Amino acid sequence: MKAITKQKIVFSILKVMSFMVIAILFLIIGFIFIKGIGVINWGFISKMPEEGMLKGGILPAIVGTLCLIGGSMLFAFPIGVCSGIYINEFLKDGPLKRFMRLMTDNLAGIPSIVFGLFGMALFVNKLKFGDSILAGSLTLGILALPVIIRTTEEALRSVDDLHRQASYALGASKLYTIKKVVLPIALPNIITGLILAIGRVSGETAPILFTVAAYFLPKLPHSLFEQAMALPYHLYVLATSGTDIEKAKPMAFGTALILITIVLICNLLANLIRAKFKKK
Amino acid sequence: MFKKLSQKVQVGVLAICSLATSITVILIIIFLFSEGISFLGMKPTEEGYVLAVNTKNNLNSISPELCKKVFDQEVDNWSQLGEKDMPIELVNSDQIATLYSEEAIGSEMEYLDTCYNDYVSKHVGVFAVMPKNYVTSKFKGRVVEVQENSIASFVRGREWFPTAKPIAQFGILPLLMGTLIVSLGAILIALPLGLACAIYMSEIAKKRRRKIMKPLVELLAGIPSVVYGFFGLIVIVPLIQTLFHLDVGETALAGSIILGIMALPTIITISEDALRNVPNAMREASLAMGATKWQTIYKVVIPYASSGITTATVLGIGRAIGETMAVLMVTGNAANVTLNYLKPVRTIPATIAAELGEAPSGGIHFKALFALGCILFLITMSINLYVNFVSKRRGVK
Amino acid sequence: MIQIKNVNFYYKDFHALTDITMQIPDKAVTAFIGPSGCGKSTLLRLINRMNDLIDGTRLTGNILVEGQDIYDKKVEVEELRKKVGMVFQKPNPFPKSIFENVAYGLRVQGMKNETEIKDRVEDAIKKAALWSEVERILNNNATNLSGGQQQRLCIARCLAVEPHVILMDEPASALDPISTAKIEELVLDLKSKYTIVIVTHNMQQALRISDHTAFFYLGELVEYNTTHDIFHNPAQEKTKNYVTGQFG
Ligand SMILES: Nc1ncnc2c1ncn2[C@@H]1O[C@H](COP(=O)(O)OP(=O)(O)OP(=O)(O)O)[C@@H](O)[C@H]1O
Ligand SMILES: [Mg+2]
Repeated sequence: MKAITKQKIVFSILKVMSFMVIAILFLIIGFIFIKGIGVINWGFISKMPEEGMLKGGILPAIVGTLCLIGGSMLFAFPIGVCSGIYINEFLKDGPLKRFMRLMTDNLAGIPSIVFGLFGMALFVNKLKFGDSILAGSLTLGILALPVIIRTTEEALRSVDDLHRQASYALGASKLYTIKKVVLPIALPNIITGLILAIGRVSGETAPILFTVAAYFLPKLPHSLFEQAMALPYHLYVLATSGTDIEKAKPMAFGTALILITIVLICNLLANLIRAKFKKK
Repeated sequence: MFKKLSQKVQVGVLAICSLATSITVILIIIFLFSEGISFLGMKPTEEGYVLAVNTKNNLNSISPELCKKVFDQEVDNWSQLGEKDMPIELVNSDQIATLYSEEAIGSEMEYLDTCYNDYVSKHVGVFAVMPKNYVTSKFKGRVVEVQENSIASFVRGREWFPTAKPIAQFGILPLLMGTLIVSLGAILIALPLGLACAIYMSEIAKKRRRKIMKPLVELLAGIPSVVYGFFGLIVIVPLIQTLFHLDVGETALAGSIILGIMALPTIITISEDALRNVPNAMREASLAMGATKWQTIYKVVIPYASSGITTATVLGIGRAIGETMAVLMVTGNAANVTLNYLKPVRTIPATIAAELGEAPSGGIHFKALFALGCILFLITMSINLYVNFVSKRRGVK
Repeated sequence: MIQIKNVNFYYKDFHALTDITMQIPDKAVTAFIGPSGCGKSTLLRLINRMNDLIDGTRLTGNILVEGQDIYDKKVEVEELRKKVGMVFQKPNPFPKSIFENVAYGLRVQGMKNETEIKDRVEDAIKKAALWSEVERILNNNATNLSGGQQQRLCIARCLAVEPHVILMDEPASALDPISTAKIEELVLDLKSKYTIVIVTHNMQQALRISDHTAFFYLGELVEYNTTHDIFHNPAQEKTKNYVTGQFG
């Protein structure tokens, strides 16, 4: 066969396969959207679950997930950003910096169920927080830490050295330069990291299984030491272990749609911010 | 002066924060392994019970696995345990109750210990499970030790049955096999698709199309695993069930398909990066000699990017091995030692997720699950270190 | 003979070449000179259609190689590139063995016979004046050679395909003086069999090795003549200023 004919065939195959990948994405999202959109109304979002979770809404799961997002970010965002700043701005290239990065990579590579085990052993049992929003938030925070550190580092690295030198040339200290010059430039990209971390945290199930998640708890949490429902766990429960799985399907589709919407919005927002500040 | 101090403090705070990841990794190691390692050396016998035999019997200790076989009557002759040829007589409290009269046992079973004592001393072939406190100085039988959990029994045991009574089974072979075949299947699905997509995006597609595809692939990575699991449960599982005429569609295949989809973004992003890092000079050199674009891709570009593609594959496998929720939802969770993709299997992460809620904190089952966590941790850690090593050798990063 | 007729070339909106018309003779060395960014490489890469690879480019006018319009729809670009080889500014051997580098073009053409490949490889490396240096290390990785050796290997790789035309884009600019001298010697050697077009920034080099010289400025062909006339008897003021080093 002529090389050019072969190329034509191979390229069409590659093209079809790539489109299949994209088609899978649309299939999943489209399927959940079509099946779930009918369920979603104000009541679904604002009501407590009723009749063995077959009716009513998913308000406590939404609130629970929001609490977990808030709690984990409150913990992970400042520490992650500070860590990123220190590693990128203060550490010289060398074994220590490489080690720090390796540790961040390692943490990022640990499976989420292991975070669940760890959160249970440390926060729930050792520190005696019990199954609580606090324990869940801390566990999720640790999981989100590498995401935030990496994006912070990347954001700082993309700041042109000229800006730093200009500030030093005017006699500014390193800390001052970072605070007044480097951080403002890097901020949009750092925020991207925050948003991506939120997207990640809101969908994680395994780490909250044994640290916070309640099977059925039709009330809103009042303190950090209470259990809470959460969207991903709620979806899991509805799909696998409710009282009547067939009848729970519409509720499950609705929950899945809400979950996917959160992730979609986070991704979209992150991409928009990235695109907007790249041009400048 | 004060300003200097405040600056020092601020930098100090930053430095402490930067230790967060290292400290966490160390803490994870400490907590995981302290629980996991204490699993070794524990005995998988039901709390408060012992095994006893006739004194004429030479059996001193027995492995949990063999013991289970005895109770399941798969092993029913002492010769199979290296003793004399005679049938094994299994007894527990229920059987004693049928063998002795009500007066002998007592109205509140207060003489049950005497009955045990009597029975065990009279029957050479007996193999008894009895409460520990019956073993007193008057006891005329001999207690058989159940062997402690060891790395060998853990890794080689072919059965995972942590709630089995009176001897729990903690063999991770079926879980390890389950994890491996599901991940292998996943990578067999994800690698061709992912590589094709990466090649298309980096070498063939116009810039604009690539710009659209890239965020879509990222989105694929963003979908929560529980949603993948849900999708798999609702769509893939029934599909497999009807397609292959199975009783249940929850199979290793379903897990592989879902995990394959989930591993796609990792494979695509990293191998696309590797392909794009191939210097243009390589492509131009090849094209300038009259090679077609495809010849250039597979004779020059892919070999040049091969270590990056390997990294992508390894990380994809890592992602598949560690994935929990989706697998838990679609693989059926039966601890089978099988290579059949149309059978239910159970993976290590799914086991932890499914059982930790029921395992009493601090008990042997609880610790066994932490030991599984240790194994998972070691696998993913080695993958990370390998990838780090490879990418450093290539001098990128 | 390469005929370039009224060629205009655009990168998106940028007009990189303006109305170029010239004829490049066979079995001779033609040098393109001019200040940086004047379009020398652009024109060179048009001759084997390497600019096809860049998005958003546009060409008007015609380029004929051996009487055939190379931008004609009927022309297969791979066939053209086998006929018109190219050597790049930075040596770019593949990270394969020395042997496989030179054999690459042959394998791409579908040649299977290993003895024939071996002969052709040896022949090409000899033509590139590299044989004595690599004879014993043919299986070593090509990226371990010195820069000058790598560049001669790239020339060998190009020769193995038996092109009629060789385009060279500043082939010696990344090399030390001794390697440069070797390359120049090689070019003079090869011109009896091949049509060579070479881009250079080095006036002395153009003077030493080329028969004809074209001077470009801001995308225009200012002057094209024998090398002797361009350097000793330029018709244009700009050319004179450039070749005497008064700007550029
Ligand atoms: N891929 C491209 N996209 C857009 N503009 C380009 C591209 N390549 C070259 N140009 C522009 O076209 C003009 C001519 O470039 P060319 O590389 O042909 O110059 P040159 O004469 O070879 O310069 P040099 O001596 O520096 O190699 C330059 O202004 C350059 O900026
Ligand atoms: Mg040039």
